[in-house]
Amino acid sequence: MIQFRLLAAVALLACLLIAPAGAQDSRSDKLILTGGLSQIEGAAGGGLVPWALIGGYGTEDQWGASAFYTHANSGDYGLNVGGVLVGINDRVELSLARQEFDTADVGAALGLGRGFAFQQTIFGIKVKLLGDAVLEQDSWMPQLALGVQHKRNDSGAVLRTLGARSDTGTDVYLSATKLYLAPSVLLNGTVRLTKANQLGLLGFGGDRRNAYQPQFEASAALLLKRNLAIGIEYRSKPDNLRFAREQDWFDGFITWAPSKNLALTLAYVRLGDVASIDDQRATYLSIQVGF
Amino acid sequence: MRRMFWLLVLLSAGLIQNARAESPTFSAFGGEAGLVRIMDDLMLTLLKDPRTEPFFRDTDQAHVKKMLVEQLCALLDGGCTYTGLNMQTAHEGMGVKREHFNALIENLQVAMDRNRVPFRAQNKLLAKLAPMHRDIVEKELPAEEALPDEI
Repeated sequence: MIQFRLLAAVALLACLLIAPAGAQDSRSDKLILTGGLSQIEGAAGGGLVPWALIGGYGTEDQWGASAFYTHANSGDYGLNVGGVLVGINDRVELSLARQEFDTADVGAALGLGRGFAFQQTIFGIKVKLLGDAVLEQDSWMPQLALGVQHKRNDSGAVLRTLGARSDTGTDVYLSATKLYLAPSVLLNGTVRLTKANQLGLLGFGGDRRNAYQPQFEASAALLLKRNLAIGIEYRSKPDNLRFAREQDWFDGFITWAPSKNLALTLAYVRLGDVASIDDQRATYLSIQVGF
Repeated sequence: MRRMFWLLVLLSAGLIQNARAESPTFSAFGGEAGLVRIMDDLMLTLLKDPRTEPFFRDTDQAHVKKMLVEQLCALLDGGCTYTGLNMQTAHEGMGVKREHFNALIENLQVAMDRNRVPFRAQNKLLAKLAPMHRDIVEKELPAEEALPDEI
């Protein structure tokens, strides 16, 4: 836990130090916020949903990078996520994220021990296929990207007692994203093939179902200013485990970017039932630094 | 029938009225005088920004500003006719990259802010300017195409 926070802090600090150097070198030439935020699994996106945008501020012949730390708390549970990503030539995005799901008192009720934490590492790659979300304003055609998220959960033995079939899983998703400048709206739709239970924090596949299923995810954001946006998101979820029902997620968010190198996001997320506890609602705070 | 006739007259009158009225977005820019001020500010920031300065340093800046005012006025339905070069000809061989194009947009946003153009109106203009990247930004030829044909 402490180690995790330290790692996240070091990554953020490193980015803050590198970012001004990057800016001086004018290696941050995407327009503000057009590298997206950091979604909960580490890809460039909204809060919950990966977008087709390539993260970081690098344009076609540049590299960009960003790091983020996200904390969500529902009262019953806590979730900490930290990660980094590199955007290469505005074409390929490589990301690495670490999630820590703190079960607090619920851990004791489930027989895992009070404060038991599920942890997983997520390796992501995303490739822009075609289209341009930002500049092609005379066309409705969105930017399309194909992504993979490979997840490795640390708690294999525990996951199997809960009914999960595996402690590793790989999601594949296709995202379509478009900024419609005239109405100042950004829309995203994502289809994901996954077996992950609660992102993979409760393992992959289960005793109820153990097959890849398509899930649908969407984001809509309204730009209020160049550096201020509000939005809503939806993410459907599989329901593979007998011991606990899993439900679709919704969120409402507000993002403020005081500079191109810093974005702060506050969200309210409806998680539904999580690991046997009903109707979880969480506040979500995320800080992203990037160049 | 007669009612229909009067309805048509009213409708056409409305349409003509509408066509003559200044477009609301053009008004939000302060009309042509507003565009002149914005282009004055834009040119200053373009010359201060190391990413854009090389493209404007040795140009006839007064002429570039005049052409920009005309072009933006025409784009905003302000009743102007753009008399300058088309975008492809105007930027041929300059080596404009996406990063330079974005840098100009950023500087234009600053200039519009400074002249209190509302955010929504700014975006309506940018939506019309953005697709011009296809004619302005130089495309890198794929390696195969750059090579001479084999005989």
